[in-house]
Amino acid sequence: MAARFDIWSTLTEPLVRQNPVTLQILGICSALAVTTSLATALTMSVSLTVVLTLSAILISLIRRHIPETIRLIVQIVIVASLVIVIDQVLQAYFAGISRALSIYVGLITTNCLVLGRTEAYARHNAPFPAAVDAFGNGLGYSLILLFIGGLRELFGRGQLFGWQVLPPADAGGWFTPLGLMLLAPSAFFLLGGLVWAIRSFQPAQVEAPEHTPPADARSVE
Amino acid sequence: MSELWALFLSAAFVDNMPLTLFLGLCTFLALSKRPESALGLGIAMTGVLGVTVPLNWLIYEGLLAPGAWAWAGMPELDLSYLALIAFIGVIAATVQLLEMLLDRFFPAIHAAFGVFLPLLTVQCAILAGSLFMVERSYSLAESAVFGLGSGLGFAVAVAILGALRTRLAYADLPAGLRGLGIAFVLTGLMSLGFASFAQMAVTP
Repeated sequence: MAARFDIWSTLTEPLVRQNPVTLQILGICSALAVTTSLATALTMSVSLTVVLTLSAILISLIRRHIPETIRLIVQIVIVASLVIVIDQVLQAYFAGISRALSIYVGLITTNCLVLGRTEAYARHNAPFPAAVDAFGNGLGYSLILLFIGGLRELFGRGQLFGWQVLPPADAGGWFTPLGLMLLAPSAFFLLGGLVWAIRSFQPAQVEAPEHTPPADARSVE
Repeated sequence: MSELWALFLSAAFVDNMPLTLFLGLCTFLALSKRPESALGLGIAMTGVLGVTVPLNWLIYEGLLAPGAWAWAGMPELDLSYLALIAFIGVIAATVQLLEMLLDRFFPAIHAAFGVFLPLLTVQCAILAGSLFMVERSYSLAESAVFGLGSGLGFAVAVAILGALRTRLAYADLPAGLRGLGIAFVLTGLMSLGFASFAQMAVTP
């Protein structure tokens, strides 16, 4: 019973409380770049979760045979091979989305999230817990991606998954698309706001101030 | 020549890696807390990008591209799907080599940003430089200019953010926004600023 509880918490912990994107600053690059629409965000989420889980299982299986000194290279090669497989599958069956994702599928290789989890968890744990941990982190990443992707597509185009949800003004409706939502800055603002919102509910995540003013600052004024 | 200059400017400012393409954000945010470390990261990025992109061009064109083995009687051979592994290998080796060279000949520089060098192996911006080079089919000179330009753009952006974050000492932020939250908002504002470079047309 206790073991089952552990698995449950390993799976759910990364969803909000230990979310890889908003707390650990892992895997942000792809999280922001592919979220102009829900379809690309979903594809990226699924690809990353698959790569993360499979690489965690593989690395965990051979964890006793990897020499300490070259473990990073071994891990990267395993991850890169899995990414190549995913990339070829996407190119073969989802050519349109694959073009939209451009090089960002290839960049899963250097996504800090993947190496972070294999390095921090899969390397020291048996395959099953490693898989659960990787899957949970993949879900936490997907949650953020889908949330931001949904917001940007909804307000930027009035669509969800390409379906017109809000009637646009130039077709007789009332909705004027916010072009800014599709540009780079809004992704940063949305993620910043999301971090703020999560930390308001989870005060334990609040960081200490990075810099303090010099002691005599007040006297100078 | 002027076309190369245009490519350099567009790589550094119009297509700025962290601000418009969201590349290398993990290190961009993690190492910009202090201006000194931000500057060190920027210099290391410029060096590594400037070396790995042309090096990967040689490897891609010479060994992996479709038809690269035509001289050996295998014109059909297309190894381009191996590009990812090859690039990662080259980047890891270059970073290691650069670190050893710096340690041997310039110990002061090595001490200054030696910490960041190993991190660069898993930096998405560096891998992205090589992947863009293939996607946009640059020539050798173009890829070298592109690598240097992107590295410089990254250095400028990370140095500005590092300086801005130091000034936050005087800002009274809500608790939840401290650290990562405000860093995102700052990056967003910088990204708005850099968006104005998109209008910049360099006439050859």
